[in-house]
Amino acid sequence: MFQFLHPMDRKLLRDLWHMKGQAFAIAIVIACGVGMYVMSSGMLLSLQETRHAYYERYRFADVIAPAKRVPEALLETIQGLPGVRRAESRVRVGAVLDIAGAEAPVTGVLISLPEKRRAIINDIVLRSGRYFDPRHPDEILLLESFARAHGLRNGDHLHAILNGTRKRLTIIGTVLSPEYVYAIGPGEIVPDDRRFGVAWMNRRALAEAYDLHHAFNEALILHSPGGRQQSLIETLDRLLKPYGSPGAYGRDQQVSDQFLSNEIQQLKVMGRLLPPIFLLVAAFLLNMVISRIIDTEREQIGLLKAFGYEPGYVGRHYLKLVLLITFFGILLGMVLGLWLGRGLAVLYMEYFKFPFLIFRAPAEVFFVATTFSLAIAALGTASAVLRVMRLDPAIAMAPPPPPDYSRSTRWIESMAIWMDQPTRMILRHIYRWPQKSALTTLGIAMSMGLLIASSFSLDSVRYMIDVSFNVIERQDVSVHFVEPRNARALHDLRHAPGVMQAEPYRAVRATLRHGTIRRREAIVGLPPAASLSRLVDTRLQPVQIPGQGLVLSDKLAELLQVRVGDLVHVEVTEGRRPVGDLPVSAIVQTYLGTSAYMDLAALNRLMREEAVISGAYLRVDSDQRANLYRALKNTPVVAGIGLQEEAQQAFNQTLQEILGTFTLFNTLFAALIAIGVVYNSARISLSERGRELASLRVLGLSRGEVSYILLGELTLLTLLALPLGALLGHLLARWMVHSFDTELFRIPLIINPATYGYAALVVILAAVASGLLVRRRVDQLDLIAVLKTRE
Amino acid sequence: MATADSSAFHVRGLTKIYGHGDAAVCALRGIDLDVPRGELVVLLGPSGSGKSTLLNVLGGLDSPTSGQVFFDDRELTAFGDHDLTAYRREHVGFVFQFYNLIPSLTARENVMLVTDIADNPLSPEQALEMVGLGRRLDHFPAQLSGGEQQRVAIARAIAKQPNVLLCDEPTGALDIATGIIVLEAILEANRALKTTTILITHNASIAAIADRVLSMADGRIADIRVNRERLEPSRLSW
Repeated sequence: MFQFLHPMDRKLLRDLWHMKGQAFAIAIVIACGVGMYVMSSGMLLSLQETRHAYYERYRFADVIAPAKRVPEALLETIQGLPGVRRAESRVRVGAVLDIAGAEAPVTGVLISLPEKRRAIINDIVLRSGRYFDPRHPDEILLLESFARAHGLRNGDHLHAILNGTRKRLTIIGTVLSPEYVYAIGPGEIVPDDRRFGVAWMNRRALAEAYDLHHAFNEALILHSPGGRQQSLIETLDRLLKPYGSPGAYGRDQQVSDQFLSNEIQQLKVMGRLLPPIFLLVAAFLLNMVISRIIDTEREQIGLLKAFGYEPGYVGRHYLKLVLLITFFGILLGMVLGLWLGRGLAVLYMEYFKFPFLIFRAPAEVFFVATTFSLAIAALGTASAVLRVMRLDPAIAMAPPPPPDYSRSTRWIESMAIWMDQPTRMILRHIYRWPQKSALTTLGIAMSMGLLIASSFSLDSVRYMIDVSFNVIERQDVSVHFVEPRNARALHDLRHAPGVMQAEPYRAVRATLRHGTIRRREAIVGLPPAASLSRLVDTRLQPVQIPGQGLVLSDKLAELLQVRVGDLVHVEVTEGRRPVGDLPVSAIVQTYLGTSAYMDLAALNRLMREEAVISGAYLRVDSDQRANLYRALKNTPVVAGIGLQEEAQQAFNQTLQEILGTFTLFNTLFAALIAIGVVYNSARISLSERGRELASLRVLGLSRGEVSYILLGELTLLTLLALPLGALLGHLLARWMVHSFDTELFRIPLIINPATYGYAALVVILAAVASGLLVRRRVDQLDLIAVLKTRE
Repeated sequence: MATADSSAFHVRGLTKIYGHGDAAVCALRGIDLDVPRGELVVLLGPSGSGKSTLLNVLGGLDSPTSGQVFFDDRELTAFGDHDLTAYRREHVGFVFQFYNLIPSLTARENVMLVTDIADNPLSPEQALEMVGLGRRLDHFPAQLSGGEQQRVAIARAIAKQPNVLLCDEPTGALDIATGIIVLEAILEANRALKTTTILITHNASIAAIADRVLSMADGRIADIRVNRERLEPSRLSW
C-alpha cells in the first residue's frame, strides 16, 4: 500500500495512524467548532433568505398605518403620497373567540380579505380548503397552527363576539401569513397556538359587523424603492390623525418581524462567539500534540537534516500532519453542521410559521469555516513547526540531557518532606513545565466555561419567568376591553363569578420623544398601591407609583437616553390627543419589552377624562374559573383575555424545547472538548514519561502506584481548572447576556450553583473517562522496550 | 561445583520465541543453567545472542515461551503479573545502560523510591555512601555526570538489599575511568551484601572481574568459564 507515496508521506500516514486516538480527539474539537459555525451561519442565512423571499412573494407591507375609521376615499390620497408604490386598505379587529371544547375564551384577531381572490399586500398562503364564497358571509380562513392546536377542520364552526354580537363562523380553509410568522398574542412573549387565534374574513362581512362600510381601519403600504420611510410615516400620521390614528409604523416594529429579528440576532451572536472558542481550543491541542511529536522525533529530524533535507521541507512535513488532522475535523464538522442545521430547521418550523424553511449552507459558509480553521490550526502549530526548522542536526541527534528539576521553589521543597516520592514527582513535574500545566488547566477550564455559557440561559430565563410571573405580574387573569370603559365596568368585573380581587389599568398609545429620539409606546396607568401588576426596582422591591410623572422601564430609559428628572415629550395618539412634557419620576426593572407607567388618576387627568379604564387584572378562585370563563365569553365589551398560568406553561414548554435542545447539544460539544483536552494531556504525559513509569514498574511499583503518578497530575490540574472554568463561564455568560440585550428581551445574568456543579460534573466525568482510557495504556506499558531505548 | 540447593537461579529448558510464523525469532533455545548464590556472573556475547532476554526473564520482566525458572525453589515461570511485581519489589535490583533515573527526584529521593517499599532496606544515605555519592544526596539527575547517575542507579538497585542484582550493560554509555568506578560500586555491593549479581556486557575484558563467565551465542550458552582469580576493576583496561 502507499507505494506511490514518497517515504516521508508514508511516514506521515503511519504516524497519523499511530496517534489516531489523539488525532481523532483533536478532529472532534475542530468538528464541533466548524459544525456549530455551519449550523448557526447556515441557519442565519436560511432564515434571512426565507424571510426575504416570503415577505417579497406575499407582499408583506413596509408600513402599517392603523386608525379608528378612515373613509375609503382617503386610500387614493395615500396611494398618491410620495414614496408610496402601492397602498391597500383593510379591516383588522380584535375579538374574543369561543371554541367548542376550549374552556377559556381565546384572544383573537379578525382580518379582512377581498371578496374575490387577488394578489394583495399581506397576502395569505392557502394551505388547505378554499377561498370565500361571496354568498356565505360567515366563512373564515383560520391560521393553520391555531386550527391544528384545537383540532379544527374545514367545515367546523367556532363562535366570535363581533362588535358585541355573538356570531357563528364556518372554517373553510387554513392559511399562513407573513405577518404571523411568529404568531403571538398581544402582551405575550412566546407563541401559544391554543391561546391566540387569527381568522381572515370576507371584507364585506367584517365591515358590516363593525360598521365600516366604505371605510377601513388599517392601511398597508409598500413603498417605492429608495423611499424615505420616516418621512412617509410622518405624512401618514398627519393625514390620519383626524381618523384616530395611533401612529403608523414600519415593518421593523411589527411584532412578528421583531421576534424574528431577535432570533436572527441570537443566531448571529452564537455564530460569532462559540465557534472561535472551539477552534482556539483545537489550536491549543494541536500545538500540544505537535510539540510532543517533535520532541520524540528530534533524532529523526536531525537525521533528515543531516541527509540534506532542507529545514522548510522538514517543517512542511509536520505542517502536513496538522493540516490532515484539521481537514478531517473540518469535513466531520461540515457533516455535523448540516445534520444539526436540518434538525434545527425542523425545530424552527414549529415556532416560525414559514410555508417553507430549507436549511442551506452556501459555499461561502464552508469557505469561511475551512479558511478560518486552517489558519487557526497553522497559527497554533507555527511555533512548534518553526522549532523543527531551527533545530540544529548535531544537537537534535544527541540525546537531550535530563530535564533539570533543581530549580524548584522553596514552598514545594518545604512541603516535600510531608510527601511520598510519587506526590513529589507530580508537583515537581507541574512546576517544571508551568506553561504546559497552565495550558492544560486552561483547556479544561475553557470546556467548563463553554458548558456554563451554554447552559446558564435556562437559569436566566427561568429567573426571568419567575420574576415576570410571580413578582411583577401576579394576577391570574387579565381582561382588556374593546374600548375604554368607566368605573362601572370594574364594578361588574369585581362581581363576576370567582373574582377575588380586581385592579384596574388604563393603557393609552402615545409617542414619547426625547431630543431627536421618538418611540411609539403604550403608557400604562396603574392605581397607587397596585398589587396584581407591580413595578419593582433592581432589587425586586415594589416601587410605589409616584402621583405624577412617568415611570420608565430601564430599557426604555436607555433607548430614550433619559434619567430620573429628565423631561419626556408625550404625544398621546388617542382620545383627545393631549400633548405635554412629563418628568421621569422613576426607573424600574423589566425583562420583557419596553414600558412606560403612570399613576392611573394622573393618566386620566392627562387624558382629560373621568375614571376610565382599559381593563383589569383579576385574582380568581380557581374552583370558579369555569364560571368566570363562561361569563367572560358572553361579555361583549371584552376584547381579549390573558391567562397567566397558561402563558407561563407555554413559556416553559418553549423553553424546554428550544433552549433544552440547544443546551443538550452544547453540553455534548463541551464534554467532547473536555475529553479532547484531558485525553490528549494524559496521552502526552504518558508518552513523555513512559520511560519513567516503566522504570518504576521495574523497580517493583504496582500499576496502581504508577497510574497515581500519571493520573494524579491530571487530577490536580483538573481540580485547578474547576474554579478557573467557573470564572470563565461567568465572564462568557456575562458577555452573552450583553449581546442578547434587545428591545424585546433582557436576559438577567443568573447562574445557579447547580449549573456550576453540572459543568464541573461533566468536566470531571470527561476527565475520569480519559483517565480510564489512558490507565489501560499504563497497564500495557512494555517494560523491556521502554528501558532498551534511549530517551 | 555448587549444588542446585545453593543456586539462586535454577533454569531448565528455557525457550523464548518472539513473533509468529515466518516472523518468529528464537531468542533463547532451551537453556539449562544454575547460578550459584552470591556469585558475580558476567554474560558475554554478541548482539542478538539472547543475553538481555535471559536477564529479563530472570528479573521477572518477561516470561518465556517454554521451560522453567526457579528462584529459591519458587517457580518464577508460574507467576502472574502481581507475583512478578512483588518478586521484583522484594528480591531484584536492576541497573540499566541508560540509568533510568527519575529526573524530578533527587539522588536521595530516587533511592527512597525503593527503600519506601522494601522490607529491610539500607538507608538511602548508606546506599549512596556505598557507591561514593555520600556528598551528592540532594542533587537532581540533571546536576550529575553520567557516571554519577549510573552510581545513583546502582545505589537505588542495592538499597533494598536485593537477593539478585541484574545489570544490563551498566558501563555501556560510560568512558573507561567512569566505567571502572561503576564496576567497583557493583563489586562492592556484591561483596558487602552477598548479592547474586548478573552483569551483561559486550566488553570481554570486564569478564575478568567475575566469578563465572557465561558466553552466549545464538540463543544458547556456548561456554561456561570459572575464573580462578578475580581481577580488581582498577586493573582493567579496554
